[in-house]
Amino acid sequence: MIEEKVLLDHGSGGKVSHSMFSDLILPLFENPELSKQDDGATLDIKGTKLAFSTDSYVVDPIFFPGGNIGDLAVNGTINDISMCGANPKFISVGLIIEEGLPVKDLKKILETMAIAAKKAGVKIVTGDTKVVPKGKADKIFINTSGIGVIPPHIDVSGSNAKPGDKIIISGTIADHGIAILSSREGLKFDSEIKTDSAPLNGMVQSIIQSECDIHVLRDPTRGGLGTTLNEIALQSGVGIKIQEQSLPIRGAVQGTCELLGFDPLYIANEGKLIAFVPEKYATKALELIHQDEFGKDAVIIGEVTKENSGKVFLKTRIGGLRVIDMLTGEQLPRIC
Amino acid sequence: MALKYIEEYRDGTLARAIIKKIQAVSKKKLRLMEVCGTHTMSIFRHGIRSVLPEGISLLSGPGCPVCVTAQKDIDAFVAFSRLDNVIVTTFGDLIKVPGSSSSLGKEKAGGADVRIVYSVFDAVNIARENKEKEVVFCGVGFETTIPTIAAGILMGIQEKLDNFSIYSANKLTPPALAALMETDGVKIDGFILPGHVSVITGTNAYRDTFENYNIPSVISGFEPIDILNAILLLIQQNEVGKPALENGYPRAVSDQGNEKAKLIMNQVFEVCNATWRGIGDIPLSGMSPKKEYEKFDAAIKFGMDMPDMPEPKGCACGQILMGLKTPEQCGLYKKKCTPMTPVGPCMVSSEGSCAAFYRYA
Repeated sequence: MIEEKVLLDHGSGGKVSHSMFSDLILPLFENPELSKQDDGATLDIKGTKLAFSTDSYVVDPIFFPGGNIGDLAVNGTINDISMCGANPKFISVGLIIEEGLPVKDLKKILETMAIAAKKAGVKIVTGDTKVVPKGKADKIFINTSGIGVIPPHIDVSGSNAKPGDKIIISGTIADHGIAILSSREGLKFDSEIKTDSAPLNGMVQSIIQSECDIHVLRDPTRGGLGTTLNEIALQSGVGIKIQEQSLPIRGAVQGTCELLGFDPLYIANEGKLIAFVPEKYATKALELIHQDEFGKDAVIIGEVTKENSGKVFLKTRIGGLRVIDMLTGEQLPRIC
Repeated sequence: MALKYIEEYRDGTLARAIIKKIQAVSKKKLRLMEVCGTHTMSIFRHGIRSVLPEGISLLSGPGCPVCVTAQKDIDAFVAFSRLDNVIVTTFGDLIKVPGSSSSLGKEKAGGADVRIVYSVFDAVNIARENKEKEVVFCGVGFETTIPTIAAGILMGIQEKLDNFSIYSANKLTPPALAALMETDGVKIDGFILPGHVSVITGTNAYRDTFENYNIPSVISGFEPIDILNAILLLIQQNEVGKPALENGYPRAVSDQGNEKAKLIMNQVFEVCNATWRGIGDIPLSGMSPKKEYEKFDAAIKFGMDMPDMPEPKGCACGQILMGLKTPEQCGLYKKKCTPMTPVGPCMVSSEGSCAAFYRYA
């Protein structure tokens, strides 16, 4: 990590973020659990496997179409725990509030968090609140952490992808990121683009409790699908090939991406998962995901290959082939 | 929901039919240059190189507005950001381009008030809301952007803003094409002409260049069908030996272009000499505000005239922009120069050749 100052790119989830983690953070905290770099840590406590995860939310605006920073924070940690193959049961909430935040806004956020937790069947069991002087935080920052038990026979990790695995995505991409951007920039559309923030624990439980062998589960949040697929390709030492034709994307979202010059592959999702499943279980897994409230648009988008280890390829709609690289830093809008 | 003008122009069946035609007609080895940065990206995004016959090479030209911004202009933007009481407003990509000692991104991390905007109108809004500060807009871009910047200045006049100005590093496309054709060693068999620039300028803007150099030229849109079609037309022109200037984007481009945009552009701006990164000075290839608008010309308002600094040693951006080298032929590519540690603008800009090669190839 050569920069002298922390840049916005360090928080974008792409290569620059990764270099801060691997060059600065990991060497200092070095341990096998952290080194795995999954969505959560898998811990063994007296023979019981636990998943433990944390995430912080600093989104602006705090209220956006379809949700707010509160339910985003609750669903986010529910999903991180679920991606470890665990059933999230308990979460903690840390609030850092800027002096002057209207109490009615705080109340609304907390109410939504309570509803989201109840809907997902998790309890908020501990937390902390800090208030900082005006200007020292942007309205409200929220950290959530969570734990859940991983059934003994389950081994889900970004390093488990195997050649021949099929890759399923549970629904349309780029909804969340574009909802935030549109809201931030005051862009208006005939059909409102909403965040896809949703709890995925129900969907995950139904597939891991089935006869399907699940190798990898990941929710493609910051950095988008493109970055997540790269992470998995690197972690597992495999190649990945996906079909552009099969990528599910809402028309309004794609239109916005085209207008602003963004690539939907790199835009955050908050209520979607990708599952890597051996070919023989792919149809069954897809069926189970379709039965979930949040998985109606699930589709198989590609597969894992032995060749091109660590690389992700896209077969384009016109029959061309190109690499999907990991995002470097923040995506920036087009000029002309 | 099918997106009109996008879905049809990405149709796999139609694409395969055009690709088949290209493969049937292509005999000669040809070097075709796309001039527009968005074309560079689109070609990579859709994997177009991977479906073309081996004899067809696609070169990226100097049509990425960030890539051709001279080092001294980047230094000027950085200098503005270091002034007290100045808010620098810029298009996104520019923020990461290294000047001779710093970049807008680094200055921003150091506390400078540098804001990314989508258009000049955002900058005007910021000026209106921050009357006690000076707002400087970094003007980069070709004929697509210049009319909007002109409109921004007219808006500034209408609102009686005295704290808004633009530093123009804006450039014109046809002089760059001519400069390319005059450069030793440049071998181009056809131009894929820009899409959005042509919407403004019209096909007629290229007639002089075409008549002087008799080079196959096709205006193209940005969808894969558009680009494949333009490539097919250029190959056909070359194979029969009949160069022509063709409009391959008739749904958006007319012969005259957008008269209103041109009117506003020429009302506020006049042609001037400009320095293009890596290429050097090209006479009458830039635009700057006319004398009666000099209150809005940041270079004059702040007396900003940065010296031309030598470009980083080993950086081949200039030669890459002229199609003389490919990114892989630059000694710094993927070694010292990566998207995380860019040396030259071709690696920084999302539409730069080197960035595109690095990401997609």
